[in-house]
Amino acid sequence: MAIQDAPRSTQLSGMAMAQAKRVAGKSARRLPVQKDWPSVAIIATQVLILVGAIGGWELAARAGWLDAFFWSQPSAIWKTLIVYFTEGDAWTDIGFTFRSTILGFIIGTTAGSLLGLSFWWSRNYAAVMQPYIICFESMPKLALAPLVILVFGLGVTSKVVIAVALTIVVSTLTTYAGVKALDPDGEKLFYSLGASRWQVFRKLVVPFCVPWIISVLRVNIGLALTGAIVGEFISSQHGLGRTIFYAGSTYEIALVWVAVFVLSTLAVIMYAVVSWLENVLRKGTRQ
Amino acid sequence: MALPAKLRIDGVSMSFATPGGMFRALDDVTLSVAPGQFVSLIGPSGCGKSTIFNIVAGLQEPSRGRVMIDGVDATGTIGRVGYMLQKDLLLPWRTLIDNIILGMEIQGVSLRDARAKALPLLRRYGLDGFEHAYPNTLSGGMRQRAALLRTLLFDTDVILLDEPFGALDAQTKADMQEWLMALWSDFQKTVVFVTHDVEEAIFLSDEIHVMGTRPGRLLESIPIPLLRPRERSVTLSPEFVAIKKRCLKLLTAAAPKLEEAA
Repeated sequence: MAIQDAPRSTQLSGMAMAQAKRVAGKSARRLPVQKDWPSVAIIATQVLILVGAIGGWELAARAGWLDAFFWSQPSAIWKTLIVYFTEGDAWTDIGFTFRSTILGFIIGTTAGSLLGLSFWWSRNYAAVMQPYIICFESMPKLALAPLVILVFGLGVTSKVVIAVALTIVVSTLTTYAGVKALDPDGEKLFYSLGASRWQVFRKLVVPFCVPWIISVLRVNIGLALTGAIVGEFISSQHGLGRTIFYAGSTYEIALVWVAVFVLSTLAVIMYAVVSWLENVLRKGTRQ
Repeated sequence: MALPAKLRIDGVSMSFATPGGMFRALDDVTLSVAPGQFVSLIGPSGCGKSTIFNIVAGLQEPSRGRVMIDGVDATGTIGRVGYMLQKDLLLPWRTLIDNIILGMEIQGVSLRDARAKALPLLRRYGLDGFEHAYPNTLSGGMRQRAALLRTLLFDTDVILLDEPFGALDAQTKADMQEWLMALWSDFQKTVVFVTHDVEEAIFLSDEIHVMGTRPGRLLESIPIPLLRPRERSVTLSPEFVAIKKRCLKLLTAAAPKLEEAA
């Protein structure tokens, strides 16, 4: 065998050498290498871009290249911001939007998770509910917002209801996906140990689904905020959304920017808190 | 076989209605296991070994027949026997010790008592220092040990082991077999063991039940008269080899029927 193989292998290596020569003949290509900047340089560049954008905006507005009536300008926005916080309703608006968002987030996520978990108890019940859930998922829930305002009034309640409508479906479907991913052998193990349905639910189904439940928290905080803002756009007495809408219709463009800026800050803070919460919970459940 | 049977499977049959007619998974299987005995079931895939286990564990109702434990009819009741499935099924959100006490916890033993009972066993049986480790940090052999201890600590006289070492490498498997033997002689349990590995079955068992397919049934019961404790070298003895030949012959005789049917 070895003797027979010998000529073939020399032939092969001969071919390989010929190929190597051909490759060397072409301009040899190297692996592209990217050099990382130090983090100071990255941050400095980021600040530079921000300062440049704001400075450019201000300059363009003053020189008349940009219509300051429609676009406003950073200096005017800054003045409006100070007024909004010292003399205006800034804190009332923030509190109003924050309250409806958080309430909608908590109620929607909790109710959705419980609903998703409940499908474990009966396959028949899950099968009956399935089409309704899918319908409710595909329906543009924001289209119902005017109706919700009519029924639940101008206060916090209507905004919470819209936020719940947006968040509950996501939580339900994701938790139900967790329930469906459960390994039947796990249930078999529990039953072989003489467990009751309730014990299987508490000690297996719920802890198993916790990572699914957690995974939607970040999505849901964003959705809850969207729901609250849309509710405020339609009709409201307070809130950042209401301020944006009101300022826009009275051409107070600087105030629109201020409210959008405050809203973004609120969104970032809530997102950061929820991300932190998610990490803590994830560590707690070892997933 | 003079002792009264600890576990008796009495004329158990199992058939399912399928689109192509009735499928007979098990046909009139009868076997007895004496207290403290270690018996193995071997057979080709689809011979109904797992179905027997599910029936004994009360997870499936047989179409006909009964399961007797200590002379009492236990058909269709759960929690009477310890059952270890092929997968270790350790819960990733629980520490090793909390995984091992799962059976006791379900039976209503307080966490503190259950942990106190489990801790010395963990220490004694090669899991010392890993009490508070999570399953995903452990090797396959250790996870399997933990799953076995969980089954043993669920205080039943009969335990069913469904190919517990099937997924392990050869060296780990040999270690685990010795470990299982030590555990078995310490705990005095009645063990029913399912495996594909003929050598493993002979090395561990007092008796082997060879099964055939279509329908799943008992072909022959072979007692293993080898003395205990058994050394690894026993696998080379003429007696051992003779038993192995006999088993393989039965299994290959059962196999062609599969091809005919398919």
